[in-house]
Amino acid sequence: MKKQKKLFALTAGLLTTALAFSACGSPQSASGGSSAAPVSGGSEAAAEPVTITYCNFNSSGGNEETLQKMYEAFHEEYPNITVEIETIGFDDYFTQMQTRVAGGTAPDCYELNIENFSAYANKGVLAEITGVDLSRIDETALNAFNVGGKQYGLPGNFSNVVLIYNKDLFDQAGLDYPTADWTQDDVQAAAEAIRALGDDIFGIYQPVTYNEFYKVAAQYGGSLLNEDGSAFTINSAANVKAAQMMVDRVLVSNVQPTEVQMGGMGDWDLFMSGRLGMIPTGIWAFGSFAEGCDFAWDIAVEPGADQKATAFFSNACVINADSPNKEAAATWITWLCSSDAAAQLRIEAGWDLPAINDEAALAPYLEQTPPDNRQAVFDSLDYLVLPPTIEDYALMSDIIGQKLAAAAAGSMTVQQALDEAQGECEAQITLQ
Amino acid sequence: MSDPRKPRPGRLVQGGLRTALPFLLPSMAGMLVFSLLPLLISACISLTDWNGLDQLLAPGMFAEHFVGLGNFQAIVSGKEFWQVLGNTCRYIVLYIPCMLAASLAVACLLSQTRRGVTAFRVIYYIPVLTSWVAASLIWKSVLSPQYGALNNLLALVGIQGPGWLLDEAWAMPAIVLVSVWKDMGFFGLILLSGMIGIDKGYCEAASLDGAGPWARFWRITLPLMTPAIFYVLIVSLINAFQLFPQIMIMTDGGPNGATQVMVERIYKYGFRYYRMGYAAAFSWILFVIIMVCTWVQMKGQERWVNYDS
Repeated sequence: MKKQKKLFALTAGLLTTALAFSACGSPQSASGGSSAAPVSGGSEAAAEPVTITYCNFNSSGGNEETLQKMYEAFHEEYPNITVEIETIGFDDYFTQMQTRVAGGTAPDCYELNIENFSAYANKGVLAEITGVDLSRIDETALNAFNVGGKQYGLPGNFSNVVLIYNKDLFDQAGLDYPTADWTQDDVQAAAEAIRALGDDIFGIYQPVTYNEFYKVAAQYGGSLLNEDGSAFTINSAANVKAAQMMVDRVLVSNVQPTEVQMGGMGDWDLFMSGRLGMIPTGIWAFGSFAEGCDFAWDIAVEPGADQKATAFFSNACVINADSPNKEAAATWITWLCSSDAAAQLRIEAGWDLPAINDEAALAPYLEQTPPDNRQAVFDSLDYLVLPPTIEDYALMSDIIGQKLAAAAAGSMTVQQALDEAQGECEAQITLQ
Repeated sequence: MSDPRKPRPGRLVQGGLRTALPFLLPSMAGMLVFSLLPLLISACISLTDWNGLDQLLAPGMFAEHFVGLGNFQAIVSGKEFWQVLGNTCRYIVLYIPCMLAASLAVACLLSQTRRGVTAFRVIYYIPVLTSWVAASLIWKSVLSPQYGALNNLLALVGIQGPGWLLDEAWAMPAIVLVSVWKDMGFFGLILLSGMIGIDKGYCEAASLDGAGPWARFWRITLPLMTPAIFYVLIVSLINAFQLFPQIMIMTDGGPNGATQVMVERIYKYGFRYYRMGYAAAFSWILFVIIMVCTWVQMKGQERWVNYDS
């Protein structure tokens, strides 16, 4: 009997160990390392040949080859620089990168999304990018990665948000199509008319999330931080007004479905099913909508309120502060972000938009339809609003997002939600 | 009879150890490198405000970032920790009894000697083999309030189902439901082996004395199964404190923090908010809680676990 007791203890011990091991499963990387491209007849091969490493997530799942083609074009121009490209899936990318940066094995240059960029730049693990010509890069996009006057990242691509609308539903409701002058009031009126078309037809879907909130707040003249970024202003009157408008669309006029009414359906699916009048969403939806919608649709610049504000997303190409090959890395990412050749490959592949200011290079993008009004994508750039680049960006966006969701579910008032978000952000985050 | 050449026990043990060592070494090395060393390192990290990005081994790094017990103080004095601990306890209080009842039921059903019982043993074990990610995704759609299978089934019998994962009050019970579904096959099988191991003679003797099936189960089977039940309780409690994948996929801590639990917080602080020191301290607190609970269970077993079968 004693033996059996011991056996149990032993098995229990072993199993506990096994549990501990299984709890820390290692992330799998979907790495598609590239082989060196053939060296072409080097024209200016005077410089010492150098090999650098570049990690990215944005090409995974469809554009690995485009990136490889870009590199081949680059290598032809700069035969002395060899770039080893490693592509890692988005889900594992940031845990991998964190481990590698902390372990001192980070690549020479790599890609970061805007959320993680703030954390990295503020923690001193990125090198300032100097000595390269940035004049071809879009200024707003460039500014997104400028921290305290220092350029820590280059915008490799950009996407923005436009108002996409279902023309057929507008026709059915006898409404005029949205224009660039529309305000949130016009949207509300149109949304109500479309909602009246049927029980399961909705006017608009603008989720009550952090990303939508900071933009709509800006439309009402609000912001998350005060001017010099030294204090949170999450529960300001303008912000409350903005959030109230968003929440009322769900709970009061119900022109926007609640989470329960959505029933786990994706917002794009709702639009593609023809049951949604308007959806402010990213321009990366064009491909899916062109394929998935059997009705007419078009786009307009996002509506504003007291002023216009449109959302903007970009991924940064950054250089590792400890890289011994900073110069070559800067040459490669600058080429990747601003050269004509890279821009063309990017547009041809329908990947996303290069963040360059040369309109001629972007012309082929405008020729593709649908949507007919592609010009709205560029018109939106006049009203870009950037999220604040604070060190604890992810923590702030999680806190605000959680409270907003509670308000949208009706479990607390908008004022309560923003007051609590303000309190928690102040308690947990020290602003510099 | 005294024999001066009688081998001393010490030498025997020594000899045995020498033979065993080569066999033990690989797993001991693994344990050392992948379990004990990280444990030690995380203890060091918990005393710092390391952000998870700076190079940890750079000279002067530890001294520069050393904050003593600051992290532990901040955690314990914060409101969040107690809420998260409350959520975790809520899960445990709901999960353990439900899981035990379900596993016992599974074990009873599968202990019958009927045709096709092996097939059922496999069927009940399938959820255990399913990955948490796949299971969570499917359950998420099953629990969808309006279009989900569960609420539609409930509607058939006239019950209006709750919002499950979208409802602050029902999100944790929903997580418990899924966890019980997933784990009952595994724990059921362990209980089954405990049940099968009971000497048939006891039951036969009892039936001759006129005990019915219920009396036999409560008075004989259950008491003799207590070692297996004890083992299930220990493992499931440790498991429950480490609740993580189902939360991450089904609710991500929502709605409004109702399903934020210890490991979810540790992960978010370490890998999303870049506060590795804080996360390490949090995980040490979790470790201590689990250890104390397990110790209490070990001590308490003398009162109710019966090793007489």
